[in-house]
Amino acid sequence: MTGPPLPRSAFTRRDLLKATLLGAVTTAGCSSVGAGLLNTPPGAGTVSYWNLFGGGDGVRMLQMEDGYRKANPHIELRSITLAWGNPYYTKLALATVGDRPPDVAASHLTRMKTLVRANLLQELNPEDLERHGMTADKFAPRAWEAGLVDGKIYAIPIDTHPFVLFYNTKICEQAGLLDAEGNLRPIEGPDAFQDALSKVKQVTGRDGATHAVTSPSSAPWRIFQTLYSQLGGEVLADDGTRIVLDDAKAKQVLDYLRVLTVDKGLMPASVDYQGSIALFASGAAGFHLNGEWEISTFQTAKLPFSMTLVPNIFGGPYAVQADSHTLVLPVRPDQDRAALDRALGFVRSMLDQSLTWAQGGHVPTWQPVATSAAYRELTPQSQYASAAASAVYDPAGWYSGSGSNFETIVGSAVGAVVTGEMSSVDAIAQMRSQLAVLAATASPV
Amino acid sequence: MASTEITGPAGTVAPARTEPRTTGRRRSPSGTKRENRLSGHGWPGLLFLAPFLVMYLLFIVGPAVYGLVMSFFHTSMVSPGLGEFAGFGNYAEALSSSDFWSALWQTIWFTILTTPPLIALALVFALLAERARRARWFFRLAFFLPYILPSAVVALIWIWMYTPELGLLSRAVTSLGFAEPDWLGDPDFAMVSLAITTVWWTLGFNFVLYLAGLQEIPRELYEASSIDGAGPWQQIRLITVPLLARTTSLVVVLQVIASLKVFDQMYIMTQGGPNYATRSLLQYVFDVGFTDFRSGAAAAASTLFFVVVLAVSAFWLVMTRRQEPEL
Repeated sequence: MTGPPLPRSAFTRRDLLKATLLGAVTTAGCSSVGAGLLNTPPGAGTVSYWNLFGGGDGVRMLQMEDGYRKANPHIELRSITLAWGNPYYTKLALATVGDRPPDVAASHLTRMKTLVRANLLQELNPEDLERHGMTADKFAPRAWEAGLVDGKIYAIPIDTHPFVLFYNTKICEQAGLLDAEGNLRPIEGPDAFQDALSKVKQVTGRDGATHAVTSPSSAPWRIFQTLYSQLGGEVLADDGTRIVLDDAKAKQVLDYLRVLTVDKGLMPASVDYQGSIALFASGAAGFHLNGEWEISTFQTAKLPFSMTLVPNIFGGPYAVQADSHTLVLPVRPDQDRAALDRALGFVRSMLDQSLTWAQGGHVPTWQPVATSAAYRELTPQSQYASAAASAVYDPAGWYSGSGSNFETIVGSAVGAVVTGEMSSVDAIAQMRSQLAVLAATASPV
Repeated sequence: MASTEITGPAGTVAPARTEPRTTGRRRSPSGTKRENRLSGHGWPGLLFLAPFLVMYLLFIVGPAVYGLVMSFFHTSMVSPGLGEFAGFGNYAEALSSSDFWSALWQTIWFTILTTPPLIALALVFALLAERARRARWFFRLAFFLPYILPSAVVALIWIWMYTPELGLLSRAVTSLGFAEPDWLGDPDFAMVSLAITTVWWTLGFNFVLYLAGLQEIPRELYEASSIDGAGPWQQIRLITVPLLARTTSLVVVLQVIASLKVFDQMYIMTQGGPNYATRSLLQYVFDVGFTDFRSGAAAAASTLFFVVVLAVSAFWLVMTRRQEPEL
């Protein structure tokens, strides 16, 4: 600071500072103008699309986007993939509240309803949809009806993704569980399933089946919901304001799961999501219970495997936990007919490419593809397609849906039973008390 | 700040230290001098501070105030505006929620598990690294390196190490003849596993602070003490540790705050599970605010937590201030 005085040059420190400041202000100005330009609804011929697909789904979604670009070279598609789960829904909600939503966004069917209640999604007129050939009769009825809110359309379901049974064909063959064509012989009832797991365990020497127990906490929700629904049980009613958990049925399910894990050691009692996949992929288990989306993982691992419906354990009408990916149009202040048609055109294009999407395991809802010979020949994907008709979605309620606290509450309690930490009675009590708090809380939407 | 005050064990440095403090006190009442300073050099000074101040106001003070306001409303993430006035409703809800208290306890438990080893081990390793004759740079780097890893990377590495049956640690433990703990799956053990990961990951920061503290201790003290016949252990006990007291109090307060603010490891490695055994308070705030869209309730829980952290920090500051004259 206190050096010898410098000779006064044409360009002093003060000048430099001024210049820097000016520069900074100008750049800031430019960038805000730039940002403004970028964020303003682009002129004719742009569709912005947000989704949450990673892994194999992400790759296939990019393929489908390229398919759309090729078919619509005059329309610019701006696609953004965001992290799955809560961060995605937070961003989508905030962008819509802030009047800067994408034209089209992906959403889980079970999450979409909360967005509808918050008035963030556009209602879709049947006439508008019809212009693009999308009529109710062209969709799988279960997913279509599950997506309606008060009888109105807000979302176009593109798939159903049920909980399924993966099986290692080599191990199951050695265990004598396959038929002449190499498919798993039907398993029905609690004893038959337990028996099949025992046989597999004799072959592997380790586990019969695996499923995610400890982490994420919501994971055991899927197997619970599947078995509990097979008994005809429901958890919530009246939009989540009432808990209708049937303790006897829930106990029956929890006790059965405990027998398979803690008592008989047919399934690892304490394993997380990745661990349950690794054990199946390494041949330590012959069965794996999970969502069909893990198909890509096992294909990459070059595992000899196939997939089928989760067995009907408790003998009621067949039921299986599932969700659907849907495409929604967030509310925007500047929506016009042309933009609407571009958005719906994009949705239709995604539906038309359902076969690409189906390779990732998802059961297409778009009937022209679902009933096609090409899809039927797609195995093992088409072998559990009938699950879509028996899909059980998360119950309605503002705190329910994919990745919600509802799933975490039930999943945590189920997990605690499976690991042997808690009795089924205590777990049910814990579920009830935590759900009661949310059921009594006023909806934030 | 720390460097000037760390110096000097005995009375020798004490006068030098008290001198500027008293002048500082004397100066403050004489308003004219300060006003002159402000009017003479104030504006350029403020200008230089401006980038920081603007950012600080915009991204720290602004949101904090907004959060405080929000905590008195039923604000929702999915609708614009503050929503309905809630009074102290959100606070009452948080304070009467067993989830809030159990999350607070998990956070404190994590702090208890991590703070002592993170301070003791950092000191031990700093002493050892300082004494190393050769490849000192290697030891310094080796202990600091994990700290530069992003939390997600650390979490993924450790998830694999903790994987039951297949993981590296499982092999190590079972080959030594022990029964393998269910690292992340056992509700009683998951927090310990997270603490081990955290100690490995963040030790480097305290380690570097201690290294810096060690550099400040004058060599002559060791030389003098060895002439007087002090052994290495006595030197550590009677010279090094007492002279590092200022560093230690800094490390403790920074560590306690850092441990209380834990989120990443749990969010990635256990999501608060199994069965909520590792849900930290910040994760509770996340669950309420982001998963449930209830920003107002989350803001109230967050404010309560802020008060807790503030109280802990203030308590520690008072304690160390009280110790100061003895140094």
